[in-house]
Amino acid sequence: MNYTFQFGAVFAAWPLLLKGTWITIQLSVLAMLGGLAVAIACAWGKTAGPRALRWVINTYIEVIRNTPFLVQLFFFFFALPAIGLRWSAHTAALTAMVVNLGAYATEIIRAGIESIPKGQIEAALALNLKRHEIFRFVILKPALKAIFPALTSQFILLMLSSAVVSVISADDLTSVAANLQSQTFRSFEIYIVVTVIYLVLALSFSALFKLVYQWGLSYPDRR
Amino acid sequence: MRTFGTPEFLFILEAARWTLALSVIAFIGGAIGGLAIALSRTSDVALLRAMSAGFIQLFQGTPLLLQLFLIFFGAPVLGFDINPWIAAGTALVLNSSAFLGQIWRGCIEAVPRGQWEAAEALSLSYRSRMRDVVLPQALRIAVAPTVGYMVQIIKGTSLAAIIGFTEVTRAGQIINNATFQPLVVFSVVAAIYFVLCWPLSLLAARMERRHKAALAR
Repeated sequence: MNYTFQFGAVFAAWPLLLKGTWITIQLSVLAMLGGLAVAIACAWGKTAGPRALRWVINTYIEVIRNTPFLVQLFFFFFALPAIGLRWSAHTAALTAMVVNLGAYATEIIRAGIESIPKGQIEAALALNLKRHEIFRFVILKPALKAIFPALTSQFILLMLSSAVVSVISADDLTSVAANLQSQTFRSFEIYIVVTVIYLVLALSFSALFKLVYQWGLSYPDRR
Repeated sequence: MRTFGTPEFLFILEAARWTLALSVIAFIGGAIGGLAIALSRTSDVALLRAMSAGFIQLFQGTPLLLQLFLIFFGAPVLGFDINPWIAAGTALVLNSSAFLGQIWRGCIEAVPRGQWEAAEALSLSYRSRMRDVVLPQALRIAVAPTVGYMVQIIKGTSLAAIIGFTEVTRAGQIINNATFQPLVVFSVVAAIYFVLCWPLSLLAARMERRHKAALAR
């Protein structure tokens, strides 16, 4: 091997990399919030909605979970503008991420709702707890605790798969890498650095989620 | 300009064999690598445990697309001649090794502790302990999540399109560039993936339910 690594050009572009990292974080967090909203609505529709609505939601979930994110992205970026809906790469990317996460998170949230035994609520009623207390302590907290690990690993998966949005140049971290590559031709170095940034992001988020879990959701669980 | 007709449809459909071929390679390679990772993760040797944990962390903590880029752009730099086939195959094999390794590790650990202890008490060798006692039981637990993971592999092969490997997604891009009918083209592409993945999803869900029912009895 007679290749000399030159990381200089990559590190010189740190403001760009930082900006790309920020946009990746922003996209992921916004998509998480949007996806959760979609998922909560769908989980409600699936458990309590009319039959036709349930069918629509199930179709949505199955279609999204059985097709690649890249194809969904192409669909939003190329196909919808063709029928008159014009939007930027950034918005198309965010929409694709929200729609994708919504499908996965619906099943997670539904599992959380179903994880609360009816007897718990009846017991709380018998103990004369107030409605908001029942919701907060008997329903919400245990349900959150049950789904928290699945939800957070889904978030990290979403953040990592967001690298794909660079294909439609949605100015995320991987797009920055692609641009730098065409300017400096140090592709190997650039992709090493960017991969390390993703790894650091994933590890930081998973550490952060662990802290949130310990502070907010850990209490004696005797089962 | 061409319009989307039967030849265009057939072009995309024919590309499905490359999606399938890549999926099979990724699954077989990933199964071999995944077994090694799962055994290392559960072994008595601390070094093996640490190394496999690092491998899993690395491949689960970084985007598959970047892994693909690193191999595709890195191999020539290191002096290897590489084409999209090998790059995509290698990236997918390494990636699915990490994920299958993690899944199977869970399955191995789900075999009740008493079974391990009994095998040890019978002074079976490590090899026989694993082969005759632990792995056959872990296998039954592993079938459903493994079938479920195949869906992820098939979807993951779509990323090979980005480095120019002509599978279903890339074929769709090519046809889209020629016909400018993205709505039809990408619906067809999505439908092909759906037809490949949905039966596997249903099968995995059914197995899961049956397994749960068997445990509940």
